Amino acid sequence: MEVTSTWYLVLAALLFTIGSSGLLVRRNPLVMFMCVELMLNAVNLTFVTFSTALNDISGQVAVFFVLVVAAAEVVVGLGIIVAILRRQPGATADDVALMRG
Amino acid sequence: MDVAVFVVSAAIILAGALGVVLSRNPVHSALMLVMTLFGVAVMFVAQEAHFLAAVQVIVYAGAVVILFLFVIMLLGVDKVENLRTDPLGGQRPGAAVVGAGAIGMAVLLAVRAAQITGAPSATAALDGDQANVNLLGRVVFTDYLFAFEATSALLVIAVVGAVVMSRRPAPGTDTEGDSSGTAGTGMSS
Repeated sequence: MEVTSTWYLVLAALLFTIGSSGLLVRRNPLVMFMCVELMLNAVNLTFVTFSTALNDISGQVAVFFVLVVAAAEVVVGLGIIVAILRRQPGATADDVALMRG
Repeated sequence: MDVAVFVVSAAIILAGALGVVLSRNPVHSALMLVMTLFGVAVMFVAQEAHFLAAVQVIVYAGAVVILFLFVIMLLGVDKVENLRTDPLGGQRPGAAVVGAGAIGMAVLLAVRAAQITGAPSATAALDGDQANVNLLGRVVFTDYLFAFEATSALLVIAVVGAVVMSRRPAPGTDTEGDSSGTAGTGMSS
């Protein structure tokens, strides 16, 4: 029994759906953000799997850039969350439904 | 041996992911996220992406999750979320059914329809004579140089944006904080 690419793709699909279900169900903004990180990790795993299967480095280059962009996204997203929660402590996703503060 | 590594790290990844989604305490969710990130790093190593595994541990598990924990502790949102109340009735069982359906669909899709098509070694062959880090560096700095410079600019923009956004307003200005986030130059009033 050999570990083929399909195993990795199935695992990444599972991880992605768990992350997206968590994003839709949870209301705490920080936990929602963590579920976004789960989805990004699933995509990274898919990219590396394809890089191995196609014997090409560009999958890993894509993961490199996804990591950089995800780090920048976390910085900005946490800044927004801090700004929101400072004005209204205990805010959930339901409370931020309007664009206007 | 490969199967054992895969099964163990897959168990770690899925346990961590379920922990992130199902934990009531956000700090527990962050720690479960670290577990998932380590499992994904092990998967990267198993597929010979050594540089990415190291960067994953250093950047994701070592910086991003630390930021999450800082924000959780700074804002004091580590109080247990009240998972009991639901704005809409029947949302919890509905979410479980739809979630199970989505997971089943994704797994079925991946098992039945996973065909890897594409030109092999389009950019640079992975199993050539170069080590992983050498090859990655060579390709990033030649073929993907513009993307590299753009992400450098993106990082600077992100840092500046975060500083502007989370700054407290200066004492003389409107405490509401206007939407443009300008400094207290008197233009806000």
